[in-house]
Amino acid sequence: MQETVKKLTPEPDYKIIGTRPIRPDGVDKVTGRARFGADYNLPGQLTGLILRSPHPHAIIKSIDTSAALALPGVKAVVTRDDFKDQESEFVPAGEMLINYRDVVRNVMARERALYEGHAVAAVAAISPAIAKAALKLIKIDYEILPHVLDVDEAMAPGAPILHPGMITAGVEPAPKTESNIAKRVEFILGDITKGFAAADVIVEREFETKPVHQGYIEPHACLATVSEDGQADLWVSTQGHWIVRAHCARLLGMDVSKIRVTATEIGGGFGGKTVVYLEPVALALAAKSGKPVKMVMSREDVFRASGPTSGAKMRIKVGAKKDGTITAAEGELKYLAGAFQGSPVGPGCMCAFAPYDLEHVKVVGYDVVSNRPKVAAYRAPGGPISGYAVESVIDELARKLKLDPIEFRLKNAAKEGTKAAYGPKFGPVGLVESLQAAKGLEQWKAPLKANQGRGVAAGFWFNIGGETTVSLALNEDGTLVLMAGTPDIGGLRASLCMMAAEELGVDMNSIRVTIADTQSLGYNFLTGGSRSTFSSGMAVVEASRSIVKQACERASKLWELPADAVEYIDGAVRPAGANAGKHPPMTLKQVAAMAGKTGGPIVGSSSINASGAAPSFGVHVCDLEVDPETGKATILRYTVIQDAGRAIHPAFVEGQYQGGAVQGIGWALNEEYIYGADGKMQNAGFLDYRIPVASDLPMIDTVIVEVANPRHPYGVRGVGETPIVPPMGAIANAIADATGLRFSSLPMSPPRVLAAIDAAKAAGDKSLKLTFA
Amino acid sequence: MAKHHVSFTVNGDPTEILCETNATLLDILRDELELTGTKEGCSTGDCGACSVTVDDRLVCSCLMLGVELNGKSVGTIEGLAKGDKLHPLQQKFLEHHALQCGICTPGFLVASKALLEKNPNPTETEVRYWLAGNLCRCTGYDKIVRAVMDAAAEMRGA
Amino acid sequence: MRYEAPETLDAAVALLTAATGDARVLAGGTDLLVQLKTDMIEPGLVVDLKRIAEMRVIKKAADGFVIGAAVSGAELKEHAELKKHWPGIVEAANLIGSTQIQGRATLGGNLCNASPAADSVPALIAAGATVSIHGPKGRRELAVEDVVLAPRKTALTKGEFVVSFHVPLRNKGMGDAYLRFIPRTEMDIAVVGVGVALTADASGVITAARIGLGAVAARPLYVKAAGDALVGSKLDAAALDKMVAAVRAACKPIDDKRGTIDFRIKVAGVIAHRTAIIAYERART
Repeated sequence: MQETVKKLTPEPDYKIIGTRPIRPDGVDKVTGRARFGADYNLPGQLTGLILRSPHPHAIIKSIDTSAALALPGVKAVVTRDDFKDQESEFVPAGEMLINYRDVVRNVMARERALYEGHAVAAVAAISPAIAKAALKLIKIDYEILPHVLDVDEAMAPGAPILHPGMITAGVEPAPKTESNIAKRVEFILGDITKGFAAADVIVEREFETKPVHQGYIEPHACLATVSEDGQADLWVSTQGHWIVRAHCARLLGMDVSKIRVTATEIGGGFGGKTVVYLEPVALALAAKSGKPVKMVMSREDVFRASGPTSGAKMRIKVGAKKDGTITAAEGELKYLAGAFQGSPVGPGCMCAFAPYDLEHVKVVGYDVVSNRPKVAAYRAPGGPISGYAVESVIDELARKLKLDPIEFRLKNAAKEGTKAAYGPKFGPVGLVESLQAAKGLEQWKAPLKANQGRGVAAGFWFNIGGETTVSLALNEDGTLVLMAGTPDIGGLRASLCMMAAEELGVDMNSIRVTIADTQSLGYNFLTGGSRSTFSSGMAVVEASRSIVKQACERASKLWELPADAVEYIDGAVRPAGANAGKHPPMTLKQVAAMAGKTGGPIVGSSSINASGAAPSFGVHVCDLEVDPETGKATILRYTVIQDAGRAIHPAFVEGQYQGGAVQGIGWALNEEYIYGADGKMQNAGFLDYRIPVASDLPMIDTVIVEVANPRHPYGVRGVGETPIVPPMGAIANAIADATGLRFSSLPMSPPRVLAAIDAAKAAGDKSLKLTFA
Repeated sequence: MAKHHVSFTVNGDPTEILCETNATLLDILRDELELTGTKEGCSTGDCGACSVTVDDRLVCSCLMLGVELNGKSVGTIEGLAKGDKLHPLQQKFLEHHALQCGICTPGFLVASKALLEKNPNPTETEVRYWLAGNLCRCTGYDKIVRAVMDAAAEMRGA
Repeated sequence: MRYEAPETLDAAVALLTAATGDARVLAGGTDLLVQLKTDMIEPGLVVDLKRIAEMRVIKKAADGFVIGAAVSGAELKEHAELKKHWPGIVEAANLIGSTQIQGRATLGGNLCNASPAADSVPALIAAGATVSIHGPKGRRELAVEDVVLAPRKTALTKGEFVVSFHVPLRNKGMGDAYLRFIPRTEMDIAVVGVGVALTADASGVITAARIGLGAVAARPLYVKAAGDALVGSKLDAAALDKMVAAVRAACKPIDDKRGTIDFRIKVAGVIAHRTAIIAYERART
């Protein structure tokens, strides 16, 4: 059952699409030659370090940097005074909105420090030791305020207010009193009162999830230099260097044209590298000192001060008829945004019931601030949280109705034409096909032993398109140079070369691909929203077709034929039909050699706002065993089934499925932000923030379902985010299957699971089905 | 503060440096010798991105002081390929697409090489436990484990 | 920070005794370097003990093994004879961190870092290991369970350090084992750790048993009552229950990011039960 590709759409006779070539950047990455964020250096560079608030909530009454500045070797110090305040304005960053008023405050605290780890000052010095010593010389007068971490406590009347005067948006009439609730959102379809009245069985449950971090292995890093006339260069590990350029220009009051940003190789992002932290500070320090400044976060800083995703509390209610038809679904979602508004509660609400074709749905969401680091996007932001809760309730409902959980989902599955609660009607989607593939798994029928359980869950993510530019230049020897602008985090260069090579009928290795800097290519939105293979791929196809068109024009001119009398097949221009005369095929190499004489260089470029991104549905099946005496769950077998539209490079699609599933396994079983009563994070490191290690896991089986996206030239759907949506539900359902007990709180770590087992045992709970030694 | 004169070899090449007392082997490799293939992921021995060998023993270079290096031989990712020939592990990592972002890859390769030198025929479980100190957040480890097993098979055959 | 790497025990003692500020000994460095990096400590002197020959070797003598305090976990694992005599100690030492950590981490460091959760310590306690301490007043011996007093606090006085560990040879009918509980399969600090060493006579009756516990109190514990509960039994259910009860009674854990009080007490008993079974099997083969 390993790594199957189920081709469901008739496929043209592709030569390269669907194969598994070695990636163009592969050798650099297995030899240590590839240069990541912290691998860039400039002569005479300074070390930049940030001073962070030790308090979760405090007014910053004064900052005295004089002693730090006086320390020999210190070249610059910046604080809030070095960043102009910004008007409140929301702009897109990945799949989330950010507000520059908040960004400037998150980059450098202004009136208040709003979480432990909040940046309050920064220094640049000639050595790390001097920079560290200088931080200790900065005197900050804090007025410590009471802090709040929990979402319910933050929403309660009388809670410590983070942003005085904040009035909840989205409520009519507007509340008169300030609160920590930044926003209320609501999505309604039909009439749930009517729907629930028609139900035979209703399940209503409350759930909680904890903030979890993206956990990329490469900490944030950048290198900045600013000349005396204000021309800046920035090398940075980011998912979107045009976005970094925009944010830095805005925060520093610079013209966009003054800043060149080069995206270094990026050591993982998962959404967390779609925002700025160090970059504006490094530029400010570089400008002030006149020297290059390098800044690298410590792992501890990454945890304390860069964005995890939200923790949440949720109430989910679903009703169904005896025949398994879901009649109504309702959700109330309260998401922690961190210190500034902008949790992914909107997408959380929109995704919650997206896998199901429902008539009556109501989802209400709240975006709540608290004294935690501001959340950043994390792989399908918002989706896994609500998905976990909904899939748990769906599973419980199936059991109550004595229906097979896959059959129950199939009966209600979203399909082409289904109107989602958040508005649109789906085009062709692959949920039904994925559920059927799950039903057909050998794993689905395999026997389980005592204390073992099996769970299934479905998941959805929208995927996006967006602004994209690529350039494809035909070299004089027939090879090509491809420039794209979406950072390659997991094989993008390979996929783009494959699409260009397929279009042009050339060897993929004749194309050298570069992720261009902001100075070398038109605007590109970031790598996020599972858009890069979709959008940059679409642009590459357009650019390739432009090359084909130009090649045809050149050949037709030479052959003195009308342009439509030639055609491009298998890497060569040929006369189209017998009437066009007997000309031998003119290969792209020959076209290239004559380009100078036939009209000049041949370059194809494409600047698009890619539309037609299509959602991807996935279904996960998990087998696990629970140790009844310790509460520890061990994953035994795991299969990811997902619609890829079309897998350009199936190995990298599988990689997304496997990686997303394992991040979800970590989220389900062990990962969480742990705070003390003092409001400080207690596990800011990989020792106690427990991401899965190799020995925790079995092989992760995959099935790629292909229901082509009709709006992409190769049928591509984004695939990177959906895989993290189903795991928590699948694992919760498997634990319920193994133990007979329902867990409504993540992570399902051993102490929590054991406490529930022991409580059920003590209470004589008949649903407990474990075998004790 | 006085610096220490330290001499050792890196990938077989004699190396002499002046080293601050608190500089780690990782600092020296990356900042002094500009061998940036060895990565820093945590600096606390929890991620394995900085894996190197010292006298053929696999270690985290973040957990060793430079001043301890006198007379030692250090092996890094830059020493895996010989001339223009990739090590079988490097080749198998490429063929199995065992990397996505690539930041953890040098550490995994150095650690895997140390494993196969000790145990040319490891089971999947042995591979997984040996590599438990190398974190990868992208791949879910599946293709990494396959690549190591396949490289081991090929190296045994060769 | 000054760095010294003396080649004799006396030179090391002299350096440590003469130090005016905070002085630290460096063996494997897997704890020390983390503490340096995170500014938990800022010593004026670091004394590297790895150039002292007798701290780097494992010797088998008539009355047992002498294990140098600066021998790495990987070296312990490769010592076939020690592994045959004390598999539990070697397994415990090899649970400390990753393969990479094993290349450096030492028994001496694991003990003297004075963490209640050190993996090798309960196994050493169960084995009845002693340490040989060198200092300004010469040598002294101490039982392993008497070295750690509290988190980050040992019975060593200024200028003293652990040179070696002594464990007896395994007699016929002896067996030892160490198990721990962690949330993952690797890379975690023990939430509970249990070392069991016992001796059974030819008929399978246990004649002696020692049990060490980790991560359930402010320091690693030797729980005499738990071992005594097994003596005279053939590891039957009643004896195991009595042992588990004694283990749980000895636990005085805290709630922290790694586990709750209830969880640690409960699981200490579970793990002790499982460990005793392995030790008994080893004693019988």
